[in-house]
Amino acid sequence: MSSSVLAGHKTGARKKGSGPTLPKAPSGIDGLDEITAGGLPRGRPTLICGGPGCGKTLFAIEFLVQGASQFGEPGVFMAFEETANELAANVASLGFDLKKLEAQKKLAIDYVRVERSEIEETGEYDLEGLFVRLEHAIASVHAQRVVLDTIETLFAGLPNPSVLRAELRRLFAWLKARGMTVVITGERGNGPLTRNGLEEYVSDCVILLDHRVTEEISTRRLRVVKYRGSTHGTNEYPFLINQAGISVLPVTGLGLQHHVSTQRISTGIPRLDEMLGGRGYFKGSTVLVSGTAGTGKTTIAGHLAVDVCAKGGRCLYLAFEESPSQIERNMVSVGLDLGRHVRSGRLCILPMRPQSTGLEMHLALIHKSVQEFRPDLVIMDPISNLIGSGLEARSMLTRLIDFLKSRQTTALFTNLTRGGGALEETDSGVSSLIDTWLMLEIIRDGGERNRIINVIKSRGMAHSNQTSEFRLTDRGFEILDSYLGVSGMLTGSVRLSREAEDRAAAALREFDVAQKRALRESRRRAFESRLAAMREEFAADDATLARSLKEAELLSKRVGADRAAMAQIRRAFRHRPGDGTALAKGQD
Amino acid sequence: MRGPARTKQKPVAWELRLYVAGKSRKSVIAFSNLRRICEEHLRGKYRIEVVDLLKNPLLARGDQILAVPTLVRKLPPPMKKIIGDLSDQARVLVGLDVRPVQGRSS
Repeated sequence: MSSSVLAGHKTGARKKGSGPTLPKAPSGIDGLDEITAGGLPRGRPTLICGGPGCGKTLFAIEFLVQGASQFGEPGVFMAFEETANELAANVASLGFDLKKLEAQKKLAIDYVRVERSEIEETGEYDLEGLFVRLEHAIASVHAQRVVLDTIETLFAGLPNPSVLRAELRRLFAWLKARGMTVVITGERGNGPLTRNGLEEYVSDCVILLDHRVTEEISTRRLRVVKYRGSTHGTNEYPFLINQAGISVLPVTGLGLQHHVSTQRISTGIPRLDEMLGGRGYFKGSTVLVSGTAGTGKTTIAGHLAVDVCAKGGRCLYLAFEESPSQIERNMVSVGLDLGRHVRSGRLCILPMRPQSTGLEMHLALIHKSVQEFRPDLVIMDPISNLIGSGLEARSMLTRLIDFLKSRQTTALFTNLTRGGGALEETDSGVSSLIDTWLMLEIIRDGGERNRIINVIKSRGMAHSNQTSEFRLTDRGFEILDSYLGVSGMLTGSVRLSREAEDRAAAALREFDVAQKRALRESRRRAFESRLAAMREEFAADDATLARSLKEAELLSKRVGADRAAMAQIRRAFRHRPGDGTALAKGQD
Repeated sequence: MRGPARTKQKPVAWELRLYVAGKSRKSVIAFSNLRRICEEHLRGKYRIEVVDLLKNPLLARGDQILAVPTLVRKLPPPMKKIIGDLSDQARVLVGLDVRPVQGRSS
């Protein structure tokens, strides 16, 4: 009988089934299509099982609603548990208007009620009635998707399970032959996946929903247990049910293949930019600001937020410990006007309690808000309470960072470290994930606490290795010129006093130099004056000597002349007038 | 099926509706079983309406029919459903709340 029904109906399965990969029907559920690489297997049944309150029905409904409204694939909902009206009322809170879709002939809902007490079995039967109803519903909207929620009620309602099993087998074959993409829901059993072993009929795709409570925090999770003929994410993914329906967060699906940017963004603090190779953080990088209480972590975050917003970017500020208004107020005290950007819609401060939900759910919420708000910068202040619990936290953070990086979103996390102990060690769990790590510390010395900042690391840039002192003033974060004396770096009033001492010493040295210079000058002058006196003395002596020399010469000349005259007189030799010397020479 | 939708118009105490899907073997057997049982135990007090779901699929919703064949006792109230080909006569009678004619008198 079913084959005759089959023959007269056009099926969409053939034309879509002839691809190299398994044809898939996009579910339209946020994230699920990523995990399943495209959606649920087209033209085949998918089993969604889970305990009570897991969201199976919502899941199925959203599959139909999205199919009908987004993908032009009308659907049939066979409800075995709720009436059409109940169903419509229940999902209205998720923004699904079933009545409207029904009116538009995009959705058919058929409520199937099975009451065991009303039914007496008196011989052979089959479920042709169900087939007929399905057939009719499918034809009425030209459905391509079918949901059976929850077909297990038939096991309770019908007396003969062996007949039922045979009929279910026939039903799935029938639906498959007609190319229907089917979702059936099933209650989670103790041993097998479902209480009545529905998985034996649905061998193509099985999705398990789970609702787990760990440390008083409940998280919904989804796992694709099997997906024949397709790759799929095998992890447990947290999912959310909120006003916009279901969103699954395939956060582990991401690799390390994101494109990195060479673009830089200012930290909002010029001196800090200088410390980071002169140009600030890389766009899309992950910044960790760690420090003990009251070191100004939030202020660094605030500067960046204001700077990004002022340049037209969008910033999502996830506040884990303070309310938005408190952050706004506090930032005003350091001259940062966050309120202006909040009002302009560029800055969104989202308060979250770390304790309110599990890590996964936080991750989920962050994903969702990032996807909705599309920020350029995400600030998480602080992550300390989130990352308290070791491995799980690390994996969560890894996934978050991956996610943000893949979106080229800069992330700044602040982390409150405990006072004392090895500060760097406390953060080592996450540090390897971080691109730029700023550490703020407080140095207690001489009855005061002074703040210093270190760039522990900053990948891909020549960053300063200088420990710098900074102050939080009403103009914000101010990095001071660092004092580097012989005895190392000094801060606060010690620095001031040392600076004063240094100034005094310098003055002293200058004085000394001047003194020496003056002494040298006076010595030189003394020398020169003595030199002048000696020169004068010498000149006087010289004159005297010259005169006496002259006299001596004159005298000797005269003696010569006298001898010549005497010789002439004695006629001793021929007189040569005026040649007294020659004569004198000849005599010698 | 021999003579489907054979009904009598006068008001009767027992108003029965048999849902079938086409002329399947089970449908045919159910109808003949029903006629036999009614003639035996409810002679003159019953009316049978046969609904072929292949022709009137919408009717399946009204009475919440899944299994075929299904016999619905519309009257007397409360409504009762009997599924199967009605070959187990004793259970049909229990299901319909009919006291058998043989044995005690009605």
